[in-house]
Amino acid sequence: MRLLFGSLLSFILAAAIGLGATWFALTQGTAFGAITLGAWTAWPKTGTQDIDPYARAVIARNGELPVGLGDGVAFFARNDDRGRPLDGRCETIISGITPQARYWTLTLYDPDGQLVANSVDRQGFTSQELIRRSDGSFEIIAASRARPGNWLPTGGIERYVLVLRLYDTPVGVATRAGREAPMPSVAQRGCS
Amino acid sequence: MIRWLLWLLGGVLLGGIVHLATVLFLPQTATQDAYSRLLAITKVNAMVPLPSPSPQAALMPFMDPAFVTAVCRYDLSQGSLKLTAPVTPAYTSVSFYTRQGIAYYAINDRAAGRRVIELELMTSEQRAQLPEEEDVTAADRLIVESPTLTGLIVLRAMTPEASVMPTVRSVLGQAKCQLQPVAS
Repeated sequence: MRLLFGSLLSFILAAAIGLGATWFALTQGTAFGAITLGAWTAWPKTGTQDIDPYARAVIARNGELPVGLGDGVAFFARNDDRGRPLDGRCETIISGITPQARYWTLTLYDPDGQLVANSVDRQGFTSQELIRRSDGSFEIIAASRARPGNWLPTGGIERYVLVLRLYDTPVGVATRAGREAPMPSVAQRGCS
Repeated sequence: MIRWLLWLLGGVLLGGIVHLATVLFLPQTATQDAYSRLLAITKVNAMVPLPSPSPQAALMPFMDPAFVTAVCRYDLSQGSLKLTAPVTPAYTSVSFYTRQGIAYYAINDRAAGRRVIELELMTSEQRAQLPEEEDVTAADRLIVESPTLTGLIVLRAMTPEASVMPTVRSVLGQAKCQLQPVAS
């Protein structure tokens, strides 16, 4: 009887721990091979054959095709510079310069990776269509209501993800310091 | 008491094994991975343009809306493939994915260095069977080796501004991926 209860306890515990850890790893993301610069995190190895088993499971589950490393690198921001989750009801300023790249795009998604509907049908900016200051730096304002300049509508959703993709860039697996790759700052303010 | 602690320890260890097994086994059981999603709208060994992602409908999560995409779902069991893709004004890239969605090779227009990107895709066995002198004379031939028999070639072209979308779409429409029957 004791044997039965003991093994039952073990199996229930094993299932809870094992499946729980898998669920957590696949939804929260792992730190394997991650490059974090300010608010931005990229997993360049996910775009190569050296992809880790966790990232393999994540792309198999969500159906994503990761950007190949010979093509570019994708940086994700779910929080601002101070670690607060990006909220579509607040105003977020993305400003500064980007690392060296032939082209880049900045896109706003919901946490599941779907584009967000809005009245002006804008989901992001490319490096070519942006209004810049004379020194080449830029400022994008993500907010639910219209703003002058580079306005990125959030649609007022509660949580969103910003993805900065650099195409044809030296940034990759070997990049470590922010000096090599200056990323734009992400500052959230004025929540309504 | 000790006995119960041992059962607990056993459960924790078994939990670790369950975790690793599920992570490693999950890609084989996935029914909603990129390849499965593209199965219905693509043809074998033919280039098919994909609809642009929109808030209402997107084939895959985290697609870049600034890009026009075309996909060739390949099967190398009948021979190797030849890919020809004209270069669009801004930026064009070709990425190769295995059946499991792993990007094993990617090249952009500048690295390819021509007006038209020409690539041959074959398995390592097919490459080994190439006549030797042919391999030498065509030194500038770009040959990509696929680790799997099936997979995806994804052609992506950038639209720096929304107004050039039709132009980029028509240029990308000329891209081809053709089966080259085994010469014997």
